[in-house]
Amino acid sequence: MAAVLESLLREELSVAAAVRWIARSAQSSEDDPREAAALSSLRPLRKEFVPFLLNFLREQSSRVLPQGPPTPAKAPGSSTGLPGRSGGPPRGGRGARNQLFPPIEASSATTADAPSARRGGRRRGPGPARERGRGPGGPEEGVSGECLPWAGGRRPRSSGSPSSPSLARSDPPNLSNLEEFPPVGSVPLGSAGTKPSRRINPTPVSEERSLSKPKTCFTSPPISCVPSSQPSVLDTSPWGHGLPSGCRSLQEEREMLRKERSKQLQQSPTPACPTLESGSPHPSRTGHLTAEPADPARVSSHHRLELVALVYSSCIAENLVPNLFLELFFVLQLLTARRMVAAKDSDLETTPGAVDSLESPLFQSVHDCVFFAVKVLERQFHILSHLDKGTLKLLAENERLLCFSPALQGCLRAAYEGSVAKVSLAMPPSAQAVSFQPETDNRANFSSDRAFHTFKKQRDVFYEVLREWEDRHEEPGWDFEKGLGSRIRAMMGQLSAACSHSHFVRLFQKQLLQMCQSPGGAGGTVLGEAPDVLNMLGADKLGRLRRLQERLVAPQSSGGPCPPPTFPGCQGFFRDFILSASSFQFNQHLMDSLSLKIRELNSLALPQPEPSDEDGESDVDWQGERRQFAVVLLSLRLLAKFLGFVAFLPYRGPEPPLTRELQDSILSLRSQVPPVLDVRALLQQGLRARRAVLTVPWLVEFLSLADHIVPMLDYYRSVFTLLLHLHRSLILSKESEGEMCFLNKLLLLAVLGWLFQIPTVPEDLFFLEEGQLDVLEVDTVASEHGLDSMPVVDQQLLYTCCPYIGELRKLLASWVSGSSGRSGGFVRKITPTTTTGLGAQPPQTTQGLQAQLAQAFFHNHPPSLRRTVEFVAERIGSNCVKHIKFCQKKSPGAVRALLPEETPAAVLSSAENIAVSLATEKACAWLSANITALIRREVKAAVSRTLRTQGPEPAARGERRGCSRACEHHAPLPSHLISEIKDVLSLAVGPRDPEEGVAPEYLEQLLGHLGQMLRCRQFLCPPAEQHLAKCSVELASLLVADQIPILGPPAQHQLERGQARRLLLMLLSLWKDDFQVPVPLQLLLRPRNVALLADTRPKEWDLLLFLLRELVEKDLMKQMEIKACLDSLYEAQWPGDFSEELATLFNLFSAEPHVPETQLRACELVQPNRGTVLAQS
Amino acid sequence: MGLPVGFPVSLLTGIEQIERKPSQSQATLLSIFSQEYQKHIKRTHAKHHTSEAIESYYQRYLNGVRKNGAAPVLLELANEVDYAPSLMARIILERFLQKHEEAPPSKSVINSMLRDPSQIPDGVLANQVYQCIVNDCCYGPLVDCIKHAIGHEHEVLLRDLLLEKNLSFLDEDQLRARGYDKTPDFILQVPVAVEGHIIHWIESKASFGDECSHHAYLHDQFWSYWNRFGPGLVIYWYGFIQELDCNRERGILLHACFPTDIVTLCHSVA
Repeated sequence: MAAVLESLLREELSVAAAVRWIARSAQSSEDDPREAAALSSLRPLRKEFVPFLLNFLREQSSRVLPQGPPTPAKAPGSSTGLPGRSGGPPRGGRGARNQLFPPIEASSATTADAPSARRGGRRRGPGPARERGRGPGGPEEGVSGECLPWAGGRRPRSSGSPSSPSLARSDPPNLSNLEEFPPVGSVPLGSAGTKPSRRINPTPVSEERSLSKPKTCFTSPPISCVPSSQPSVLDTSPWGHGLPSGCRSLQEEREMLRKERSKQLQQSPTPACPTLESGSPHPSRTGHLTAEPADPARVSSHHRLELVALVYSSCIAENLVPNLFLELFFVLQLLTARRMVAAKDSDLETTPGAVDSLESPLFQSVHDCVFFAVKVLERQFHILSHLDKGTLKLLAENERLLCFSPALQGCLRAAYEGSVAKVSLAMPPSAQAVSFQPETDNRANFSSDRAFHTFKKQRDVFYEVLREWEDRHEEPGWDFEKGLGSRIRAMMGQLSAACSHSHFVRLFQKQLLQMCQSPGGAGGTVLGEAPDVLNMLGADKLGRLRRLQERLVAPQSSGGPCPPPTFPGCQGFFRDFILSASSFQFNQHLMDSLSLKIRELNSLALPQPEPSDEDGESDVDWQGERRQFAVVLLSLRLLAKFLGFVAFLPYRGPEPPLTRELQDSILSLRSQVPPVLDVRALLQQGLRARRAVLTVPWLVEFLSLADHIVPMLDYYRSVFTLLLHLHRSLILSKESEGEMCFLNKLLLLAVLGWLFQIPTVPEDLFFLEEGQLDVLEVDTVASEHGLDSMPVVDQQLLYTCCPYIGELRKLLASWVSGSSGRSGGFVRKITPTTTTGLGAQPPQTTQGLQAQLAQAFFHNHPPSLRRTVEFVAERIGSNCVKHIKFCQKKSPGAVRALLPEETPAAVLSSAENIAVSLATEKACAWLSANITALIRREVKAAVSRTLRTQGPEPAARGERRGCSRACEHHAPLPSHLISEIKDVLSLAVGPRDPEEGVAPEYLEQLLGHLGQMLRCRQFLCPPAEQHLAKCSVELASLLVADQIPILGPPAQHQLERGQARRLLLMLLSLWKDDFQVPVPLQLLLRPRNVALLADTRPKEWDLLLFLLRELVEKDLMKQMEIKACLDSLYEAQWPGDFSEELATLFNLFSAEPHVPETQLRACELVQPNRGTVLAQS
Repeated sequence: MGLPVGFPVSLLTGIEQIERKPSQSQATLLSIFSQEYQKHIKRTHAKHHTSEAIESYYQRYLNGVRKNGAAPVLLELANEVDYAPSLMARIILERFLQKHEEAPPSKSVINSMLRDPSQIPDGVLANQVYQCIVNDCCYGPLVDCIKHAIGHEHEVLLRDLLLEKNLSFLDEDQLRARGYDKTPDFILQVPVAVEGHIIHWIESKASFGDECSHHAYLHDQFWSYWNRFGPGLVIYWYGFIQELDCNRERGILLHACFPTDIVTLCHSVA
């Protein structure tokens, strides 16, 4: 490979031709025949060029010391950075460069300080091994391939077998020695642990290449110092000679490391906090962070650097590198390199036989690094210009960049100034519960009452668990499983017993979407927040605050440019819930439900703006589409991630050191299991329909959680092949009609690049034989107006999906904070500046509240309502922009037409109004972008005027219950009346003090109130009325028996007969006219009530008779009914004389209705106290 | 309501102390008293239901009415042992019916007799039971009815206030008819904001919100509402312990009256 580079450097080959050669297998007609000839001899090596180049650059830059706060992509394996390691064999006398393998120290150091996240250096064995085993390369090299850690599958199959190089003979500079050539940025340490990017292993070089130096080839990006994870069977290796003695134990350590890593990856996907200790003991590297000034005049070899930069840039541009942003990160590391490590003598020795042009180091000084970086950045300006404003600012303010390329700096400044924060309206994070929807949740949806009630309880248990998690998961020592596990499993048991899993899974999935969809819910910082805070401060304090911010922010998210998949924030709850539940039923239902929802969302026809004629470019036109796209995309990614998690859960575990046999048997088992979701078909459809921008990001999430076997399965391998093909086709510089939009491409490149760095994805995958790619050509012309060609991705979505792009900004920021001798290092005291409102919750603005209300409005309504309103607003808004009509006239009609007829008036009116507001807002947004402020004010005023005149129609008042419209409901409350009657009853029944009693007027007033209340009925409920009816009958009995104690002198403790009749008549009238419930009048003639008369002296039969007659008169009781009651009274046991009196009463009642009062007196018989008698009855 | 007959002295002094505070309304005090009394009864419930206790109460009742059936035997017994008269009446009635019939009486029979003592086969016992019921201020069918009526009245009050404010809602009955499994008093069809908090539902509680009852309500009702309908408002018409209003951010807002500063979704273009 070096030969190509050398040809380039010797100008035997043009860069264009070289890149063409690299990128395409076939020769192009553009190629100069001379060049073609030069290249054809190198043809077998074509594929290895890029890995070689990438690693070459890493190696060359290894002595550069980026510094500053933890910057990503640093390997701790560099010799000086890791003083404390032990146990490795002593380094060779000449230094390690002559060794073929990294000394053991490197990996042991890595083991010591690299937590899970750094998966960079892994070589995943099974992939290539299998490939070799089955491929044309034949089995003869299968085992041997495994034993050579660095002999990965990068090596083309074709060159694999007979012509195996005997590397050992040569004595190349040992670029794989991480001590000598630590990957870029290997210095400070801290974040080292989380740098996942991988450093590629040396590839064996074929014989013909052995002439060129160096003999080793490296694949892709930097960083981990562990070149391989291959299980080794050293003795069988055809290339095994020359293995250093430490190799075997190195393998073991790698094995341990790998296990440890995958364990950690599984157990705590959140990257562990990096430690800073690893490098600190070496002040020479970490303590002196003063950056060397970079001077363009001191660049050693402009021409050479420029050429390499050009080739490198071209490889980036052609997507020949696996991860675009990783390369940018590397370049920025070069840009911000602090100083060069003093080369050891041995390093400067000329390698025998080296070709001149590559003999001396490419980067001989910081000046060279910066020069190279700037040259590359110049060619990547288009990408840079799409980065966030903060990154642009840091780049534009970078003094080195200004110094080396004022032109680029000017462009960046212009880009920064012109950068509009294209932030879609952020939805308020809703930590709300899933709303109850009768159509899916009511009794009719359950097979039995029991299932319904079980689910009712489980819903509450679920939220109880969720609330407890919210409260406690950040407490030190709190453990999900210990705290909630048993409750969750009990819940699963209940659900299984009631067969309600599908209901619960719907709830679970909806809650997942609700809580984790927004970036806030995912635990990430929302882009655009910081600038707002900054704007609140004075300009002079910005720098300080920014540094404070950077310092606060940097350690938190040092996931590096390629963090492993994690479950941040609330997602952790759902992951742990699934793990604790460990319920097969639940998982199966969940997978079913997730798959269905993914299919549904993936095929959602996202509304497309009408092909716009004049102002088609207007951004505002796309806001709605973008927002909707973002919501759908983020939902899909979330669902797919969880689907991947659950689907591959049973297969996850530490990556096993598989033997071929074991692996083959696993593969034959797994290959017969149908995929949980036919992602290949969905991907193919997506590519055909030009919806890759929607499908690929979620597919990447799904695949990122696959286990180690998955990429080896034919099915998934073909999925990866499709993705690789897509990756190569996303040439950013191609911007023509029908092409995918720039940011769409950038998003796909970012997510695919990230996927290619996932530990479970074999490293060699990316550098697959191109022939395979060509075979899988997908016809993408089928649909011309697919999503891909629409600007659906904005910067915010890009950063939301790929937060690791923010690492670029952090790297630059760490340069700012650490650079300059101004304060002697980046760890400076920063005095925080305060401002009112900082830190505290900003006071809620009216607009914010209104937005929340509008958001909340849809919460408890079926989702269709929201879709309808948004659809109408979208359409009408667009139309308004075109025709400048106003929104409020059209929207309500449209909403009304689209919603079901039974929609309640208030809901309808709110929905209409929200549609009006949204449409108007959209129109105003367009106007604000296009019309002057003056006109805008007028438009708004006109809209408001129109709205005011229309006014909301007053909602119909609920019907009055019983009383007239004029009633003002001033009647006493039923509860008061029951309570007062109860007091009278208790007074009458006793016990009471002798002086206690009620005034007759009070009784009249009480009955008057009762009448008022019964006529108003505003506050009356049936149970109260029933009790009142019963109490009134009791009261009547007491009146008839003269048992109500009356206030006054002791002698007059009885009610006057006239008063008593008046009260009875009032009661009769209430019974007759006012009570609407049946009055239990028969109680009057129950033995207990009649017996009250027995206590009265003298007997007052006349009142009872009067009452009975009135009852008949008023048709409250039938004569026969009363007679029946009186008859039954005889059945009770009465004292003889009382029975006689009853008989008299009966006779009198049966006689003439209107008996003169005097006759009634006949009933008054003097009797002794009958209490005893009654007690005995 | 008068003071309860079976009223513990310790509570009385407590009430008197509270009563001196001018800010508390009588209704609030009664509500607090009622809750305290209920707690007291709950604490002592078990000791009145041992078979020994029941037997001893029944014998004392029989002895008492044998001496004088018109005397308030049962009521005095309840007061003496510091138990709610209605509940004492229930104990004696159950025991009485058990003596007369082989099978223990069903709960609904007992309840029916307590509601209408004239159904009690024994006239003296009927009078004794009735006396207990009308003299009990915290338990018994009449008190239950009063409590229910108070609750209903406040719901009506709330409904009228909602109508007055033009806020559209679904009430409990409508919700039940639609098959909702948990139903607050009112679900707002269009949410509003109270003191900056969005609310979707309102629950009326015609009682004082003390710690014990509030926690029970949270567990049985309020969180369940939140789990289904999102954040909401609870109105404790007779006040509540301020410290309990700690779930505002979580979505449960407490108020002692109908809120005055309701922000509705306004439809003008800002």
